[in-house]
Amino acid sequence: MGDSVSWSPPPLIRNPWLRYGLYIGAAIYLSLALGTLHLNWARLAQGLDRGWAFISAFAHPDIAKHGREIFEGFVESLTMTAVATAAGVAISLPVGLGAARNLVPMPVYLLCRGIIAVSRTFPEIIVAILFVKMFGFGPLAGVATLAFATIGFMSKLLAEDIEDIDASQVEAIRATGAGPFQVLNYAVQPQVMARFIGLSVYRLDINFRESAVIGIVGAGGIGATLNTSFERYEFDTAASILLMIIGIVMVTEYASSLVRGRLR
Amino acid sequence: MLTISGLTKRYGSKNAVGDLALTNVDLTVPKGQLMALIGPSGAGKSTLIRCVNRLVEPTEGRIALDGVAVTGTGATALRRARRRMGMIFQEYALIERLTVMENVLSGRLGYVSFFAAWARRFPRADVAEAFRLLDRVGMRGMEDKRADELSGGQRQRVGICRALIQNPALLLVDEPTASLDPKTSRQIMRLLVELCAERNLAAIVNIHDVALAQMFVPRIVGLRAGRVVFDGPPEGLTPETLTAIYGEEDWTATIRALEDDDG
Repeated sequence: MGDSVSWSPPPLIRNPWLRYGLYIGAAIYLSLALGTLHLNWARLAQGLDRGWAFISAFAHPDIAKHGREIFEGFVESLTMTAVATAAGVAISLPVGLGAARNLVPMPVYLLCRGIIAVSRTFPEIIVAILFVKMFGFGPLAGVATLAFATIGFMSKLLAEDIEDIDASQVEAIRATGAGPFQVLNYAVQPQVMARFIGLSVYRLDINFRESAVIGIVGAGGIGATLNTSFERYEFDTAASILLMIIGIVMVTEYASSLVRGRLR
Repeated sequence: MLTISGLTKRYGSKNAVGDLALTNVDLTVPKGQLMALIGPSGAGKSTLIRCVNRLVEPTEGRIALDGVAVTGTGATALRRARRRMGMIFQEYALIERLTVMENVLSGRLGYVSFFAAWARRFPRADVAEAFRLLDRVGMRGMEDKRADELSGGQRQRVGICRALIQNPALLLVDEPTASLDPKTSRQIMRLLVELCAERNLAAIVNIHDVALAQMFVPRIVGLRAGRVVFDGPPEGLTPETLTAIYGEEDWTATIRALEDDDG
């Protein structure tokens, strides 16, 4: 028992020169990058006060002062969320089907993948700015933005689910002499439906959160109300809105996880 | 009667260099005959039965069922031809999230309209037949269970019902017992043999288990590298013919097992 055998796992990068070179390089880059930040400590100290005022407002949130605006903002946001999710999910069905390589010929596939790529490339905030320019301020721009983002998200995940289905079930239904739409209804839909419903509920929850963000660039909803209160430095109103957003997000998140847990 | 003539399947490129899965296969399966297709993995058994209902498109050759051409037809005629052929799969290929009844009735999809099928409104006669078949295979009272709740043997019984409710003239059976234990395998094979006899159905059964094939099936066709190298009764399977199908191996144990079962 005297021989001491030691073993350690092989390092991720085998060449020690390369390994330590990378560590040192990363450290140098980080210190140089920090040097370019030009931190203005005086301005930072000034801002800390304002930051503290904002945080302390959470101790005494004020709904009453702008109660009507807040209520209308939330109703608008929830309406935007519901309309945009319904429209986005409805459009993402054909796009998602068309983007599944095992169902459609190449040209349809490329077209649908193209739609998905465009929808997923631009962040919601950029799309919202574009739609605000097109439709003017207000919830219409918000609905268009959220629906647009929903199409990319839902279609991509639906298409990937369809590409992963068990091909033998499709084969079995085709072998009965079923037509293409019957194959979709009997062999494809049962395999992806549960997850599709789960994803739709999840997207509903994302869309509500996004509706608060895009309101800041003028796309309506509670985000607009929030932005107004910031501009007036009414931190107590802003705090009450933020607390309510957090509350609603937690409720929708819990509800959507409940729905998804039930599906199988 | 099923007639296959000059069937060739080449995977990959359209010119001569592609992989030949089947080479110039000629076979006829008369009405009511049960035929086992044996051969090593990759011999083309699965490709052959999938060419018959064109789940795999044949490269060359003609296939006809009761005089009606299956090859060289359009989509509608192909669906009509598929209605006459029931297919049974190794991994059952049931729709896991649908009920037993929906799975059985899906065998009627070739006969009903899209909207009737979508609303699950099948003709009464179809539903009655589905209940009769489930009863026949020993699945009475299971119609509302989901397919993913069933055992392997039960799933294959549902698979058999789905194929039979098509009212086919021919069954295409792909490794029906490869995922089942030996006892269930024998039960399923016996059930298939009985049902084919009851309905005067022809069947092509792909099967790995030579002893099982010899036990149940009156005609055996051996496939090797895409060519038919044996066609005859089970008694014709000697060490020499098995070597011709599978290659060199000690075959005495396989054949003795058969004699023991008989005795």
